[in-house]
Amino acid sequence: MTGEHFMKGDEALVEGSIAAGCRFYAGYPITPSSEIAERMAWRMPLVGGDYIQIEDEMGSLAAVIGASCAGAKAMTATSGPGFSLMMEHIGLAIMLEAPCVVVDIQRGGPSTGLPTLMSQGDMMQARWGSHGDYEMVAYAPGTVQEMFDFAIKAFNTAERFRVPVLVMGDQIVGQMTARLVIPSEEEIEVSYRPLPDVPPEEYSPADVSRLVPPMVLPGEGYGLHMTALTHDEFGYPETSASRQESLVPRLIRKIKENEQDIVEYEERLLDDAEVGLVVYGSMKGPGWEAVQAARKEGIKAGILRLITPWPFPREPVERLSERVAAILVAEVNMGQMVHSVREYARCPVHHLGHPGGRIFHPDEILRALRKVIT
Amino acid sequence: MRAHRLPHIWCPGCGLGNALRCYVEAMEASDTPLDKHVCVSGIGCSGRAAGYVNVDSYHTTHGRPIPFATGLKLVRPELEVTVFSGDGDLVTIGGNHLIHAARRNLDLNVLCANNFNYGMTGGQFGATTPYAARTTTTPYGNFEQAFNLPLLVAASGATFVSRWTSLHVRQLTKAIERAFEVDGFAFVEILSPCPVGFGRKNEFADALAEMTHFREKAIVRHDADLREVGITMRREDPIILGNFVDEERPSYFVGKDDLLKSVLEGRE
Ligand code: SF4
Repeated sequence: MTGEHFMKGDEALVEGSIAAGCRFYAGYPITPSSEIAERMAWRMPLVGGDYIQIEDEMGSLAAVIGASCAGAKAMTATSGPGFSLMMEHIGLAIMLEAPCVVVDIQRGGPSTGLPTLMSQGDMMQARWGSHGDYEMVAYAPGTVQEMFDFAIKAFNTAERFRVPVLVMGDQIVGQMTARLVIPSEEEIEVSYRPLPDVPPEEYSPADVSRLVPPMVLPGEGYGLHMTALTHDEFGYPETSASRQESLVPRLIRKIKENEQDIVEYEERLLDDAEVGLVVYGSMKGPGWEAVQAARKEGIKAGILRLITPWPFPREPVERLSERVAAILVAEVNMGQMVHSVREYARCPVHHLGHPGGRIFHPDEILRALRKVIT
Repeated sequence: MRAHRLPHIWCPGCGLGNALRCYVEAMEASDTPLDKHVCVSGIGCSGRAAGYVNVDSYHTTHGRPIPFATGLKLVRPELEVTVFSGDGDLVTIGGNHLIHAARRNLDLNVLCANNFNYGMTGGQFGATTPYAARTTTTPYGNFEQAFNLPLLVAASGATFVSRWTSLHVRQLTKAIERAFEVDGFAFVEILSPCPVGFGRKNEFADALAEMTHFREKAIVRHDADLREVGITMRREDPIILGNFVDEERPSYFVGKDDLLKSVLEGRE
């Protein structure tokens, strides 16, 4: 597939996933993410992988985790209602430390809401949707090219840290058609989970000196056990406060201690900025246009774009807030990522929100920027 | 068995220990080396089985061991993947996955320990609790009808469908061995006494009473009309056991390979 293409964001995401080594897809069709399933159904058999349609989204993610435990790089894609149904198994992937990728092509909610129209309404659910304590990694692509590129990042991060990773797209970036450049295989860096480096006889699951322990695969004589219950370092259930205290903080530290490595963002025109615009995902384009228009009329605006909404890029927000008089967060929801921006910003933070169904026009953002500055 | 994980958590008189022993013996008797057996379980008393068997094992979420096993089996078809779980897990919360897995006819073995109630959470009713039976959430008796599992799974397309009780050790072990052998979806219902959850409330007060009922009322009828094998747990009604379905049907893998070959080769 190396070379130039013209395709939809959803299709680009499939190609990025395959380039990253994805060879298993399980899912349940749902608008507006079905293009991902359709292309996967066509592509997987051609690359020696599996496409399977499971009867619901709970089972879909369960199958993905089963496939991951069996050794495959595995993923699913869904939207709003399906994303809600997947929340329990996000927790399973956290607990079994099963690397996998979950794509949410966001649409308007609550409930069935706006099946065919965009929103960014699942951003907090992405972070907090499953019960219990955990850290989350999520990428928010804003272009067709990024649907490809971030799919690779998502798989690599999932494999490196043995965690589920989210790609938070939306109906607009999923269904827009644009130029895509697929690099050659050698140019694409691909990670795989750590595996035990000793034969079964010498293997000791008790050795958890590493933050990300090696992942034992079935059928190789290691006699593994994995459980969704709180467990000891052998994988056996031990439901006690003390075991919880050693297990859960380690699962969190895998991400926390590597935050510098994982967090990604993009800063433009911030050096002399007096007002900072914070956007992510599909808002990248309109946000950038608004900032350029603002500059034309003398408003010193700059943009901070969150590539990883999770883990939240705290330092860039802190830095930005020290530089500008005010921050405007523009997002297609009624106020989600703005809360995290407020948590770390030391300047006034304003919000431009919309419940979904359409993306902001650059003019609307420009008007909001003008208001913030006066 | 994983000796260091014993004693198990099951109550005295519980049928699960026997059921698990039969599974272990069947694995030992099978042509597949133990290294290539994988056990997947869900949540509930029987869900703990995965932690006791000395093969690669996964203890997953409530209701979803079948889709988990589906993903695992698709990626590693050479492994003998068995789901060992309970009726609440596989049939009530996970019932949709059960019928779809049977329909898909992927080469999985599902061993369903049926004790007619949710034991671990204190004996509530589920989709296998017979009409009028008492549980902690049917204080007036169960208003609902129970699933007839062999009928359900056979109608859904399984290759092998069988039912034994945890007392029928020899027949049960053989049935599980057969489940390993067949190429396609295999389902073994294991009727399992639960003196603590079900028995106590339903005139099977002591550990022996439910076993005695199973022993006295069991009738082996491999060619039974599956419409007539529903279980009432009434003293006067029989409990029909047997290997009801053992048919050749193209498994998922066969169907997939055939189609892919013909379509992709046709293209060249
Ligand atoms: S509650 Fe019932 S099924 Fe659970 S261990 Fe006790 S007897 Fe067995």
